[in-house]
Amino acid sequence: MSRYAADAGFEVVIGLEIHAQLATRSKIFSGASTAFGAEPNVQACAVDLGLPGVLPVFNEGALKMATLFGLAINAEIAKVSSFDRKNYFYPDLPKGYQITQLARPIVSGGQVRIQVGEGDQAYQKTINVTRAHLEEDAGKSLHENFESVTGIDLNRAGTPLIEIVSEPEMASAEEAVAYARKIHAIVQYIGICDGNMQEGSFRVDANVSVREKGQTELGTRTEIKNLNSFRFLQRAIEFEIERQIDVIESGQSVVQATRLYDPQKDETRLMRTKEEAEDYRYFPDPDLLPITLSEAQIEQWRAELPELPDAKAERYQAEYGLNRYDATVLTASRATANYFEAVLSAYPKNPKLAANWVQGSLAALLNRLEIDASQSPVKPEVLATLLERIDDGTLSNKLAREVFEVLAEDTDKTVDGIIEERGLKQITDSSEIEALVDKVIADNPGQVAAYRGGKDKLFGFFVGQVMKATGGKANPKAVNEILKSRLDS
Amino acid sequence: MSSNSSSNDQDPTGLLNASIRDLKTRLDRGDHSPMSLSAFFAERIERLDPALNSFISTQIPEIEQTELKGDLAGIPFAHKDIFCVQQGRTTCGSKMLADWHAPYSATVHEKLAAQGAVLLGKTNMDEFAMGSSNENSYFGAVSNPWDVNRVPGGSSGGSAAAVAARLVPFATGSDTGGSIRQPAAFCGVTGIKPTYGRVSRYGMIAYASSFDQAGVIAKTAEDCAVVLNQISGVDRRDSTSSPEPVVDFTADLEKPLSGLKIGVPKQWFSEALDNRVAEQVEAAIAELECAGGTRVEIDLPDADIALSAYYLLAPAEASSNLSRFDGVRFGYRCDNPQDITDLFERSRSEGFGPEVQRRILAGTYALSAGYYDAFYLRAQKARRLIAGHFEQALSQCDVIAGPVTPTVAFKKGEHSADPAQMYLQDLFTIPVNLAGLPGMSVPAGFVDGLPVGLQLIGRHFAEAQILNVAHQYQQRVDFHQRIPPGFGGEGFGGDEHNTGGAA
Repeated sequence: MSRYAADAGFEVVIGLEIHAQLATRSKIFSGASTAFGAEPNVQACAVDLGLPGVLPVFNEGALKMATLFGLAINAEIAKVSSFDRKNYFYPDLPKGYQITQLARPIVSGGQVRIQVGEGDQAYQKTINVTRAHLEEDAGKSLHENFESVTGIDLNRAGTPLIEIVSEPEMASAEEAVAYARKIHAIVQYIGICDGNMQEGSFRVDANVSVREKGQTELGTRTEIKNLNSFRFLQRAIEFEIERQIDVIESGQSVVQATRLYDPQKDETRLMRTKEEAEDYRYFPDPDLLPITLSEAQIEQWRAELPELPDAKAERYQAEYGLNRYDATVLTASRATANYFEAVLSAYPKNPKLAANWVQGSLAALLNRLEIDASQSPVKPEVLATLLERIDDGTLSNKLAREVFEVLAEDTDKTVDGIIEERGLKQITDSSEIEALVDKVIADNPGQVAAYRGGKDKLFGFFVGQVMKATGGKANPKAVNEILKSRLDS
Repeated sequence: MSSNSSSNDQDPTGLLNASIRDLKTRLDRGDHSPMSLSAFFAERIERLDPALNSFISTQIPEIEQTELKGDLAGIPFAHKDIFCVQQGRTTCGSKMLADWHAPYSATVHEKLAAQGAVLLGKTNMDEFAMGSSNENSYFGAVSNPWDVNRVPGGSSGGSAAAVAARLVPFATGSDTGGSIRQPAAFCGVTGIKPTYGRVSRYGMIAYASSFDQAGVIAKTAEDCAVVLNQISGVDRRDSTSSPEPVVDFTADLEKPLSGLKIGVPKQWFSEALDNRVAEQVEAAIAELECAGGTRVEIDLPDADIALSAYYLLAPAEASSNLSRFDGVRFGYRCDNPQDITDLFERSRSEGFGPEVQRRILAGTYALSAGYYDAFYLRAQKARRLIAGHFEQALSQCDVIAGPVTPTVAFKKGEHSADPAQMYLQDLFTIPVNLAGLPGMSVPAGFVDGLPVGLQLIGRHFAEAQILNVAHQYQQRVDFHQRIPPGFGGEGFGGDEHNTGGAA
């Protein structure tokens, strides 16, 4: 719940439309490559250019991917789905229409579970997915590097997309982000989308409306287009909620419109109102036959689905004794879950410790480097060794964190090598500790007298002195025991 | 029996009326080289076409010195200029594509080229195949070889006129609502529109995708069969092309017609049909009865509904298909566009002719929010209704025989002012496209020296059967051998239904 909205007596209704580029090698209706980053227009064949006389041929790979998505969210898979044309003129839309699915989408009626908030504050919620349909992406208009003209790059034209449409069931920017992240995780789990938001592989449109608490009908919504990061999604929705409440509170009405988020100014601005919206003149595409799917084919593909985040989280709780929050965080991305499982397979003894480290130091490192777990400079086997050295008493948690930082800096180093080289090894040899304790007692006769006279609190002083003398490497438990026996005797 | 290779006064070399098989034999025998055969027809095009304007562009054939291989090796032909061919221009009869060079070739062209057929040029047509008179071409109207003041029909008017004038042995065409059959009828040549999906549409510039079908215009059913054998078949580049196996369409040509049930649609012989055209068509049906067929009266109602449905659905598809001509990537672009909207609007309003604009507007309207259900969906329903009528009719007979057009070729300009009157030209051809069935036009007599066509309609993928019927008919008459005066022939045989044959 948005604090601003709640304070003002409003509630928020959000629905998302997510465009995920499917990871097929070739385009949805042509044989051209879908690889990102090529020179403009080198990956656009006659079909992508919309030349006279060419015809689309459906890439069955996209069908499988869309079906896998539907199965992953427990949706209904259409036995017969079909393509329609959405007609509008735009310079980077080569045919003057986009091939999409309006009347008979491949996927309808699914659910995803989201977790919102952190730790004890976290709550779970189910969001319904109305539909997901196949369509082709448009090209790109390039305004930079040109003077008084616009460049057109059609490499992206014809890249397969699924558009995933949610019910308007999210009540805050946090819920919207959690939902988008969950969809992002699912498409990556099942390997149908690389999820790269910078490159536009995963883009979000947010439909936002507000209404006074208790009001049953929905408020007038605005649609914020093409949000390509979770941060922008969050900020754009927050801005839009506040803007709409301000509009209503100033006695005006929200205008149904499409808006764009400007990250530089952190605001949304008007793109076009509903009145200016085009009539897309949808009709069935006569160039493409309906897509038919047999039950057997659907079941065969279902069998290929990997373990999905929700199932994985359940298993982590059951098998490793993790709590629901940790299990959900660890399974939120396939890369993180894979990493966690790799650590456990190298060192299965202490899943809880592994979970803490993956969510703690590792997550912080990945965040800092802006990479995912699969790209971590500290490999799972290396982290496993580190955990082992904690469990066997070689390293304290504090020392282990130091070692981890060194590992992150220098991937050639090993855990044991760093311990050796830096002399970080915890002192557990009791004779060595005894000698140090004796020296501390001898050096501080006044404090010893005071302690023995009843000032129990001075015990901490002695512990500190011993640790200082060892540079923090003494095993704290051993120090305590030896000090106690010497002072109390 | 007539002989297709007979040489006489009208055809001293015997080449004008030679069948494709005859030409092939002559080439194989060494009577002609592929080069000299092409030169023979190329010379005719150069000499005779100025009176017709049936070609938009001609090509100097690229014949290698090495021996041509394939079933059509060395046979000259022309493409309707709707088929993309990598060599030369592909204009679709439009200013929009007046200078456009396709960077790829249509499947139909690739198949013909692979069999050694020699392309002599691209024929004139109504702009984007929209028209029934060939007066809607940016490259000017085409004249009917039987009377140059009259239209050749459309939209494949150039192909029909060129074949009628013996400028090429055969030409390709496309038929969306009658665009092969109607001009074939007006020009006295044989044309076949195969079943929808029989021939790949890849590289054939789209007018109305769910109706468009490529086909052949030639002198005889046999030639149509020979060419259809080469261009038919499933194409992975056209999802709507049919996996139905391709049979040898020449295999059944000689089959006798005994036992054949010929359905004659009562409703087509109404006041809409010119009496004298009706007489010729009736005579042709009688000839088929003489050949062993049995006449069966059938019902094919609602031709008027079919016409209305077609003129909603085809423009609706066209309005979308022609959106790609926006001046951005290829084709005509207006001078000095002020902004992108100006570029779109002026490129399109300057690049498209009036009939194309009329259909784009009609189609845009039919698809608009609030009208879609009343227009597009109702028209789709009508389409299913018409298809049902045919299914019912073809359960009572083997083939349907009737008129192709309500009249013979009309004068240039006669219907130009009234599009609705022009659309009536397609009354008997459009229902066949709505049902996706194969249809033919076969020369079946003359009225006032102008050809009349007999339409034959078969079941889905039963091209072999209507070709058989047409071929048997052509063994008994000689209308298909008449050469228009001034084009190597010495006139026609008169108005009477001459069953005498030529030999």
